[in-house]
Amino acid sequence: MNFKLKDIGPQLMTVIAVVLVFGFFTYNAQVNMENRGIDFGYGFLSQESSFDVQFSLIEYDGSHSYFRAYLVGLLNTILVSVIGIFFATILGVVVGIARLSPNYLINKFAAFYVEFFRNIPLLLQIFFWYFAALRALPLPQDAEAIFGVTFLTIKGLYVPAFIWQNFNIFFYSIVAAIIAIIIIRIQAKRLQETQGKQTPVLFISIGLILILPLLSFLIGGVRLSFEIPVLKQLATTSFIYEGGVSLPPELIALALSLSLYTATFIAECVRAGIQGVGKGQKEAAASIGLTPNQVLKLVVMPQALRIIIPPTTNQYLNLTKNSSLAAAIAYPDLVLVFAGTALMQTGKAIEIVSITMFTYLSLSISISILMNWYNKKIAIQEK
Amino acid sequence: MFKYLKQLTSLVAMVAVLFTFTTETMAAKKSKTLKNTQKKGFVRCGVSQGLPGFSNADAAGNWTGVDVDVCRAVAAAVLGDANKVKFTPLSAKERFTALTSGEIDILSRNTTWTLSRDADIGLTFVGVNFYDGQGFMVRKSSGITSTSQFKNGISACTNIGTTTELNMRDFFNSRGISYEPVAFEKADEVVAAYDAGRCDTYTTDKSGLAAQRTKMKNPDEHIVLPETISKEPLGPVVRQGDSVWEDIVRWSLNTMIEAEEYGITSANADSMKTSDNPQIKRLVGAEGEMGAAFGLDNEWNLRIIKQVGNYGESYKRNIADTGILPDRGPNELWTKGGILYVPPSR
Repeated sequence: MNFKLKDIGPQLMTVIAVVLVFGFFTYNAQVNMENRGIDFGYGFLSQESSFDVQFSLIEYDGSHSYFRAYLVGLLNTILVSVIGIFFATILGVVVGIARLSPNYLINKFAAFYVEFFRNIPLLLQIFFWYFAALRALPLPQDAEAIFGVTFLTIKGLYVPAFIWQNFNIFFYSIVAAIIAIIIIRIQAKRLQETQGKQTPVLFISIGLILILPLLSFLIGGVRLSFEIPVLKQLATTSFIYEGGVSLPPELIALALSLSLYTATFIAECVRAGIQGVGKGQKEAAASIGLTPNQVLKLVVMPQALRIIIPPTTNQYLNLTKNSSLAAAIAYPDLVLVFAGTALMQTGKAIEIVSITMFTYLSLSISISILMNWYNKKIAIQEK
Repeated sequence: MFKYLKQLTSLVAMVAVLFTFTTETMAAKKSKTLKNTQKKGFVRCGVSQGLPGFSNADAAGNWTGVDVDVCRAVAAAVLGDANKVKFTPLSAKERFTALTSGEIDILSRNTTWTLSRDADIGLTFVGVNFYDGQGFMVRKSSGITSTSQFKNGISACTNIGTTTELNMRDFFNSRGISYEPVAFEKADEVVAAYDAGRCDTYTTDKSGLAAQRTKMKNPDEHIVLPETISKEPLGPVVRQGDSVWEDIVRWSLNTMIEAEEYGITSANADSMKTSDNPQIKRLVGAEGEMGAAFGLDNEWNLRIIKQVGNYGESYKRNIADTGILPDRGPNELWTKGGILYVPPSR
């Protein structure tokens, strides 16, 4: 044991300095809060919130607790992030591949889209889509029906609600189809590896997922009916739709702008990934007689994904954090509901801001763990 | 387990940060705020992000309004110049944190005085400079003339972080009407969304409705309904724990109101020094020692009246002449049928 002071000295001093700084700030905050008669504590979470929220995935009104309001905000944040990530990924992959297209028009159009949307600040885009939508969309009484049952209006998108009979049987049929598909895939892979036979897995899968639920309708007694939104007059010139499901324009505008913005970055990740696969790989694959589709699916994509996934994870994290800009357009996310209204009504700034930060951190870490797991799964496995 | 060590460390660091929020330096001595203000040479005042009549900046960045005048009065009293004010525009959400953290020293931002705000969060309300109440605005074309015509499913635009959200719930709940609250962080977005037709009604304090109405594309298309659903006494707020500063702000406001009561205006204040009425003489620093208790000179109140004017002048200049609320209603002096009544300066 011969620790040299000059080796551990700097580290030790850094640790001491960090501890001292944190200690000083903590002490300072305590003294200041005491002087001003501010209590510290999380007891308020169980108190009645007494404010309502526009849009909630769980049952909530002002008679519920602040904790419930927190959950409402959290679920809304997760909802818009999931929708955003879903559409951003699809759009990003399509645009990323389009940027490599030999077709001049497609290629340039994709490039223009990427350059345009990633260089305008996101907040501006959110405002643009929200207020542009508010100006462009018709009032409920003027709305044209889409397929006769769906209405896109300034007050939101009204779609028919599903009313199920024996929903559980329908649900089980889906689960059964999914399990069957997984088994068939495993079998097909084994067949490919041992005997070199190829099975049309895709067609069988599609068939299963269509036929089993269909059977549940025909012989399982499952019935589905729709509740179609109906126009209702509130006053001479104010109308709403009743019945069905309504999506607020705030959610639509936010999900749209988040997807359009993040898709540009994902598109660049995809392009970089595909271009990162050596040209020789494609040529070699083609030379052994693989079709262009097989080249993409079996040779290029598995290698490209390794390059694509890590930076795309960052984009997913960004999208989730950017969703906090929702407060600007009244989408009741975590920041608006909890770090906004609840903070104001209780005055518990430190507690609420800390919970909110902790929540975003946990969300980000969950996404990152999930993506790391996926990345590890698709990484080259040396045999 | 060690796979996620990096994430784990950031989690731990985060937890450490939670307990380290700082505000400003310790040990508040006797009116540290006054001392700091005089040292800095300006009053740090939190105002709204633009509410005509109360606190609004013109294109050149000059702030005007009755809330602004409270801060100007304090600057005139403490620093001798009503222009020595640094205004910080704050959203409803930010305002109390800005005050308790010491970023500003007076919050004069159409803020409702309530028990929980006064008692809970380290603030002290010093008085009322505008008696208000919450109301509703609707489009004239809707044919609605009273809140009794509201029906299930009505959507209401408003701000977050205000008493408005709570009153609205009480109002609709007590009438058994289901409603859709659409709450924005900034007033400008509320107005824009309501104006575009997103909501059937816009609800906030009636003074705010009257002021925001002037910002609409076509103000004549909108009316404010007659019902008032809440009491909203608006007034300046200071941090808890500096009672001298609290008194200075309170009596600066009181001086403006009492000056109107005794007919002292910015124009005649100097000549009032030779008045026969000792109460008037005290209000213009010609009798008694009215400033010593605050650590100020004797003409602090004279400066307020000369530089800012009395409450009536301020109201006329900012709210009446701009067409926002020509009728003073409850904000008239108690001697003229209103409820403005302040303790005497003596």
